Amino acid sequence: MTEQSVTVAGSPVGGEIVTAAAPQDGTPDTRASVKPKNNRAWFLVLPVVVSVAFTAVIPLMTVVNFSVQDIFSPDDRIFVGLEWFRSVSRDPEIRAAFVRTLLFSAQVLLLEIPLGVALAVAMPRRGIWVSAALVIVALPLLIPWNVVGTIWQIFARADIGLGGWTINNVLGIDFNYTLDSTDAWITVLIMDVWHWTPLVALLAYAGLRSIPDPYFQAAQIDGASAWATFRHIQLPRLRGVLTIAILLRFMDSFMIYTEPFVVTGGGPGNATSFLSILLSKIAVGQFDLGPAGAFSLLYFLVVQIVSYVFFTVLTRAGR
Amino acid sequence: MALVLDGVRVRQRGETWLHDIHLELSSGMTTLVGPMAAGKTTLMRVVGGLLPPDAGRVVVNGKDVTAISVRKRSVAFVYQQFINYPSLSVYENIASPLRMARFPKKDMDRRVHEVAEIMGIGDLLDRRPAELSGGQQQRTAIARALARPVDVLLLDEPLANLDFKLREQLRGDLKDMFRDSPSVVLYSTADPAEALTFASPTVVLGEGRVLDVGEVADMYAQPPTLAVAATLSDPPLNLLPGVVREGRIECLGSSFPSPGAHASGRNVVLAVRPHQVTIERSGSDVLEFPAEIRLAEVTGSETFLHLMLADGRHLVAQLAGTQLFTPGERTVAYVDPAHIFVFDDAGGRLLATSAAEVDLHG
Amino acid sequence: MADIRLEGVGHSYDGGRTWALQPMTWTWRSSRAYALLGPSGCGKTTLLNIISGLLSPTVGRIWFDDREVTAVPTAGRNIAQVFQFPVLYEEMSVYDNLAFPLRNRKYPKAEIDQRVRRVSQLLGLDDHLRRRSRRLDPGRQQIVSLGRGLVRSEVAAVLLDEPLTVVDPALKWTLRSKLKEIHRDTGHTLIYVTHDQTEALTFADEVVVLNEGAIVQAGEPAELFLSPAHEFVGHFIGSPGMNVVPAEIADGVVRVAETDVGRAVGELEPGPVHIGVRPEFARLGGEGTSPGLPVRVTSVDRMGAYNLVHVQAGDHPMIAKTEAEARFAPDTVEFLHLAPDRTFLFRDSVRCGSIAPLDGKGAP
Repeated sequence: MTEQSVTVAGSPVGGEIVTAAAPQDGTPDTRASVKPKNNRAWFLVLPVVVSVAFTAVIPLMTVVNFSVQDIFSPDDRIFVGLEWFRSVSRDPEIRAAFVRTLLFSAQVLLLEIPLGVALAVAMPRRGIWVSAALVIVALPLLIPWNVVGTIWQIFARADIGLGGWTINNVLGIDFNYTLDSTDAWITVLIMDVWHWTPLVALLAYAGLRSIPDPYFQAAQIDGASAWATFRHIQLPRLRGVLTIAILLRFMDSFMIYTEPFVVTGGGPGNATSFLSILLSKIAVGQFDLGPAGAFSLLYFLVVQIVSYVFFTVLTRAGR
Repeated sequence: MALVLDGVRVRQRGETWLHDIHLELSSGMTTLVGPMAAGKTTLMRVVGGLLPPDAGRVVVNGKDVTAISVRKRSVAFVYQQFINYPSLSVYENIASPLRMARFPKKDMDRRVHEVAEIMGIGDLLDRRPAELSGGQQQRTAIARALARPVDVLLLDEPLANLDFKLREQLRGDLKDMFRDSPSVVLYSTADPAEALTFASPTVVLGEGRVLDVGEVADMYAQPPTLAVAATLSDPPLNLLPGVVREGRIECLGSSFPSPGAHASGRNVVLAVRPHQVTIERSGSDVLEFPAEIRLAEVTGSETFLHLMLADGRHLVAQLAGTQLFTPGERTVAYVDPAHIFVFDDAGGRLLATSAAEVDLHG
Repeated sequence: MADIRLEGVGHSYDGGRTWALQPMTWTWRSSRAYALLGPSGCGKTTLLNIISGLLSPTVGRIWFDDREVTAVPTAGRNIAQVFQFPVLYEEMSVYDNLAFPLRNRKYPKAEIDQRVRRVSQLLGLDDHLRRRSRRLDPGRQQIVSLGRGLVRSEVAAVLLDEPLTVVDPALKWTLRSKLKEIHRDTGHTLIYVTHDQTEALTFADEVVVLNEGAIVQAGEPAELFLSPAHEFVGHFIGSPGMNVVPAEIADGVVRVAETDVGRAVGELEPGPVHIGVRPEFARLGGEGTSPGLPVRVTSVDRMGAYNLVHVQAGDHPMIAKTEAEARFAPDTVEFLHLAPDRTFLFRDSVRCGSIAPLDGKGAP
């Protein structure tokens, strides 16, 4: 067949124009852009602006206010500039907690993302077991966070906890999270994996379910192995939900507080004292509002920057 | 009822999807025909108020509605996909726009039965959409669009997802239904057979521009540009290169008198529809193209003969009836210059046609 | 390549209450190009999925030559399939997509390269080989899917499930004839599922018409067009389809709307029948040598290359196809002449006879 590259310049003239208005050929386009603007739209946004102002912006400003002052009492405060930021960022205890928290988040992501995806792939795609699988997987997500902490605090105890006792007496490994810092770290990590892998699994499952059947049929026909099917069909289609899962799990694990607070209280020693635990100690325990304010802002900044980097890298990789 | 588009322009993601569209449509049906990505759906979305234009105005009955939201406009939309409320019966689906417009119950009941009868789904009113065939689902969607009297009814390739045979049948039904509609009915399609069947005022759209407006039969007989000719030709046009030399146009070793006066040496594009190519000499002044037979597709009513010309170019001849050929053999294709459209090489504008003046309105 | 034999194969989605595909015995012969034509919901895709092994039939057995494959999974059947919408490995380049089925089967590298390049050349993908497949437009994506189906040479069959749905009308013609040329060069067995009679007729060596889960008629395109064995075939093949109007046989003569149109040929009981004639074989004109059926012209569709004249014979609408130059005005009375050798009689939708001229009776 012949090539058909067709270019048509200009609007038509001549011929029998039955209903067309005369095209305004030749007149320079002097019309201003008349893109309709609906000013009422602003009123609709107003409630959001107000509520965000009260719930986020004003509290944040208070924190900013704290962070640049030395507060001795509510009536006695002096402006210290960026002094707190300097001291907080040089504080060895905070630096250690920062490294610890970063390490924790990294381990959480490395464990929960692959595990969650594996769980989602293993879940049935259709049939009577779908709902059963969903309920079982979602179970840990339904438990309040402090209860999760309590469950694990008891479960992992070497004397009366089923898990802790089994490890010590059946496997014969010396395990005590209240005394050994590695054991405490592992306990908190496994607890987080137990608690949050289901979220990753559910997100990934939703992503997998949206892949049309012909993709899997085509893979069968092309003789693709289960791994190749995963690698070339399922994984690429999970990019969107995994970006969300990674962001959620990073932010959440980087700010983890309740569960380790209940299980270990940050100990033994400083083994599980993450940034948030340290922050609450400074702010609520010692009532050092100035350093706590500076700490909070830096904390906030780090979460923002890392999340942004994750998001950009993950979406770029998709293109 | 009248709809005017005045300089409507749409830019999205750095590309211009519609270039300053000027159109005046009156009540009854108008066909919007163009290939994929011509801007048909974009234009419909602008008219419907789903997409605000970057420039220009949409005027219905003298009133500028450009800034009015879709909810307040008197429009109805039928999409290529069959979109119905899955949980509602056919009756409730058709009644839904009337309920929203707070029609009195008795009028509503009468109206639902009326449009259901028109669309031939009067006996399916109790069913759910999932229990219907594709054709019945689309009839339900069209009935819903018809239920409430609107100023503008937009149908965006409503038959494209249907079986060929259903399409053929609904095409005829829709033609009868919309020809004398009091609303402005804008019907978009990529299928020239639909546009030709409707025989209503037709707008040809290509690459975001209005290429021609008029009677579709006239455009078919005298396409103003190559793009219009290509849009209205199924099977596709055969295109051949030509050069003007001393009052004649030469094409692959054959030549014919140039129908208009053109400068020597000018390059032109010759277009001929497959059914105008023959393999029997029909006269003395015909163009001859020796060719190799590549493929013969026999459908019973006709035979599509795919030929390869001396320069490797393809030529398709659509011959009547069943004719048998052997691929690889050589033959000669003949084209009567009277059936050749001569287009400008650069802009694709029709320079001349020597086609016998066909009486178009007889 | 192999003959694919279905032995009493049928499928039911509801445990045997209704058959999506009625048990059938049928052989797809090696190296032929088949079209499986029918309306949506007729069981086309079910049949295709049974052949490729994506679906296990409720009853029956499937053979590839002498090897029974009923229980063999898809990967073991050596079938290629192209779906209605582009199915691509989106993050791979076009080249890798085409190479994927070969790499999975551990072809040597040089052979993979050679086959991919050949297919890409045939389908005009040479300029796109290095591009990521999902950056292509949908039409070209579908061509890549097509290429993946054609890249293996030893497949038993290539199954195409309405493969040109997403392709621009003009490109459809090009691709279809290209596919046919490829078929001629490679000798693959092709089964092409479609609801579009033009596609089926132009593409296939043999068209299999499926309706309500059963094969109604199979044959060469011209045969199905010229001599339909079933009303459904007459209606479904040809555009527009065959005119079917009620008629009456009395004393061996066929009457339509109180006019004798011909002698009934065949062992026929008197009584009601349907008479079927294609618009192509219903000639409109004045009372000529053959007796014409008086009809009233209702409207004319000018289709460019030809005209469709809608007429009314008594209460029955009919269509005649005429030259684009022919002129018939609405509301005039004309005579419809039915070509005797192309006009058939149907009872219970099945062809039971034809008509012959009336021995000069009624002719002027």
